[in-house]
Amino acid sequence: MSGKNVQVLRTTTWSAGPGCHGGCGVLAYIEDGKLVKIEGDPEHPWNQGRLCSRALAITQYVYHPNRLTRPLKRVGKRGEGKWEEISWDEAFDLIEARMKKIRQDHGPESFIFSMGTGRDIGPWICMLAYAYGSPNVMFSLSGIACYSPRISAVETVQGDYCVIDAAQWLVDRYESPRYKIPDCIVVWGYDIPASCPDNIFGHWIIDLMKRGAKIIAIDPRLSWFASRATKWLRLRPGTDGALAMGFLNVIINEKLYDEGFVEKWTNAHHLIRCDAGRLLRESDLVDGGSQSNFVVWDAEDEKPAIWDSDEAGYRSPDVKPRLTGDFEVDLRDGKRVQARTVWDVFCEEVNGYPLERVAEITLVPEKDIRDAAIFYAKSKPASIHWGVPIDMTPAVTPTAQAITYLWCLTGNLDVPGGNVISRYAFDAVAYALPGAEGVIKLKSKEVDKKRIGAARYGPLNKFIWRAQTDLALEQIFTEDPYPIKGMWIQACNPIGGIGMDPKRWVEAIKKLEFVVAVDLFHTPSTQLADIILPAATFLEKDGVRSWWVPLQTINKAITVGQCKPDLEINFELAKRFDPDFRWDRIHDLFDDILRPSGMTFRELQERGGWALPTEGHPSAPYHRFEKGLLRKDRKPGFQTPSGKIELYSSLREEWGLEPLPHYEEPPFTPISQPELAKEYPLILSTGRRSPVYFHSEHRNIPWLRQIHPHPLIEIHPNTARSLGISSGEWVWVENWLGRCRFKAKVTPVVPEWMVMAEHGWWFPEEPGAEPSLFKVWKSNVNQLIPMGYQGKDGLGAPIKHTLCKVYKVSAGDASDE
Amino acid sequence: MSEGTKYGLLIDYEYCTGCFTCQVACAQEYRRPNEIVGMQVIEIIQMLPNGKSYLTFIPFPTELCTLCASRTRSGLEPACVKHCMAKCIKHGPIEALAKEMNEKGRMVLWAPQ
Repeated sequence: MSGKNVQVLRTTTWSAGPGCHGGCGVLAYIEDGKLVKIEGDPEHPWNQGRLCSRALAITQYVYHPNRLTRPLKRVGKRGEGKWEEISWDEAFDLIEARMKKIRQDHGPESFIFSMGTGRDIGPWICMLAYAYGSPNVMFSLSGIACYSPRISAVETVQGDYCVIDAAQWLVDRYESPRYKIPDCIVVWGYDIPASCPDNIFGHWIIDLMKRGAKIIAIDPRLSWFASRATKWLRLRPGTDGALAMGFLNVIINEKLYDEGFVEKWTNAHHLIRCDAGRLLRESDLVDGGSQSNFVVWDAEDEKPAIWDSDEAGYRSPDVKPRLTGDFEVDLRDGKRVQARTVWDVFCEEVNGYPLERVAEITLVPEKDIRDAAIFYAKSKPASIHWGVPIDMTPAVTPTAQAITYLWCLTGNLDVPGGNVISRYAFDAVAYALPGAEGVIKLKSKEVDKKRIGAARYGPLNKFIWRAQTDLALEQIFTEDPYPIKGMWIQACNPIGGIGMDPKRWVEAIKKLEFVVAVDLFHTPSTQLADIILPAATFLEKDGVRSWWVPLQTINKAITVGQCKPDLEINFELAKRFDPDFRWDRIHDLFDDILRPSGMTFRELQERGGWALPTEGHPSAPYHRFEKGLLRKDRKPGFQTPSGKIELYSSLREEWGLEPLPHYEEPPFTPISQPELAKEYPLILSTGRRSPVYFHSEHRNIPWLRQIHPHPLIEIHPNTARSLGISSGEWVWVENWLGRCRFKAKVTPVVPEWMVMAEHGWWFPEEPGAEPSLFKVWKSNVNQLIPMGYQGKDGLGAPIKHTLCKVYKVSAGDASDE
Repeated sequence: MSEGTKYGLLIDYEYCTGCFTCQVACAQEYRRPNEIVGMQVIEIIQMLPNGKSYLTFIPFPTELCTLCASRTRSGLEPACVKHCMAKCIKHGPIEALAKEMNEKGRMVLWAPQ
């Protein structure tokens, strides 16, 4: 650093650049208007001066010679890779005209707005779609299988979501007297230091380990955590649900649960009709009774009593509900039915998972499951944090439900060092997310009725406001119930990253009349667009970040070429599409989003760019269900239909789905497909993170690519030996859907029966035009994973467990290596 | 600090997660050309008895490492130390760092040429 003319500007990372879910405070060093260096902000409580490799390589990213810096118009055929630079005015005019024509001819819902993982794009793509009039914002992963399903599942039974408490709500962090270091952290399917997913800074867990926290690692791979864990459970991929049921089995039968919590805060006493197999409701008992109220058996009078969900209390005083027993209840139609308590039915379900059975399903030895469950249950506090493998199975909801009950029943909910309820800081929310409304809204509920999948799937009408991706892909081909004519692809790479069965996505996108891609670099997906717009990194824009905590501003530091922030692009078009668009200036929109915090954008910036809600605010811990801080009416309890933690889910029952947690064998495993497994004997898992890449990004950044030059598949030494494969050799990985090539990394971190292939690989140094598409077909493992196997509730997909065989690439095959 | 005090890096490899932050922090600080590195992270998988393994990473400073002399002169930490995500690299006088090794295992102490 020369020291002359250097300005230091403080800002917040969020997406384009490091690519991640952001939150790190950074100092940008600007010399004569140019970024020369970036450092972690030591004053920021989130990262405390640290910064990852992807952020530290930002100068190579921002000023990359291949950065898109001007709008492009396709001049050849789609996929031919011929482009003409045009002005922003021309681009906006052209897009406006084409999209308005499609809206007029086919209706606004015929245009899909496709996004990748939720970063600094969700609010702005929703804003554009809603201004245009389309409800079809699509997170482009099969089964929407990243984070939303877990959030939805937890909110279904708990009313609010929760995350590991790493003191991120407290300015003094680990030193705060209000905080307790967890004795035990369950790291469930998560290589968190490499990825910082779900608005958690991965190395917080390392901070906690140094302060005494012990680890239970649940992972088929010997992850860094597994290597250092007090207990490591190497489960078969996709069997997390069975393992969670096994944990519950130990905790219930060895009486390691918090009986007071069960009695006071769960719906354990509510009665279930044995004849209909559903919850007994007040409307079953009395004329004019509410469907939303439930029934218990009062031990005082030996008769039914009504639980009033709205009042969060019993209708009559001094009710002593029975936790267990068989009862006869007279219905209002004169019928007499048998009834049982939720607790009895719940325990019966849990007892269907003796450890012998769980060990057989998961491949984890019985003793290890028992020891780990006891260690977790006896540690106070203990915390569970889980990763995307929970979402990446069709039975995500019953799995997530079982894990939710672990932290609830052990008394670890919303306590220091436990699983703490996560609200958006100050309840400032930009757009509709699970459990929050936001200022960016669709104009009417009527418009939302046409959202793809909304009519079919319950959670898509309660928690998740996206088009269902698998149905959307099919609808492009079937045009049923209405045709899809266009796609806006922003912060998303369906062909090289997020799309399963990506060749089918190519076919689908080619069928559309008009496609716009917004990105910072060419990708395999931009090749299929008619117009490409150059987007900005986080350093080139103002923004607000509201994902759990803190509430943050992003502060513009530099300008690059003619690149525009996603928000500015979408804002301009939203104004053109919607004559009633609410905002004139972007900062007015920011002020609206931040309004619940009592601060304007400028005020938050002047405070240093971040703020944490303080104790007593509903978005700040702890013990909020006891203090009445969760429900809108400020009564103690939860935001579920009954106001209780629902061990038997009334919402799932309404949706016609199993109300209890349970295990379902995924669709493509050696157990569910024994015939296929004869030809494809290895379990293929994917998605293991590299710390230097974010999904399909960053292969063009020299400082990062040199660390990780090739796509890798991990193979156990014994398996490699039997296949005649050595480390560094190119191998085919193949199943009934296709094949692709990886470099073998022979390593004992994977079990003998499984291989782990990296996702997101394409080669920016190769030609973009078809058929190459940056050689995306060479190593894109998603070619071996189908679309259309989403869970019964539209959520989850079999992404981390399918079947394959692996064999050496022969000399003739490898001509281009 | 007296004239002639030797400095080094104390690396706590128990907590190094292999995030490569140190390597890229160094590349950024010195605008290193491709393939020239001042710090190189090495993965070591130690096979243990009974089918167990221990997964380790070690950040190894190369011949180019000067312990960020220009940074430390201005009172700053070396770039790798400052950014280390696991806070597992410490810069200081070798004698003091060696004393710290008495307190905790799984450490290596490194001195420049």
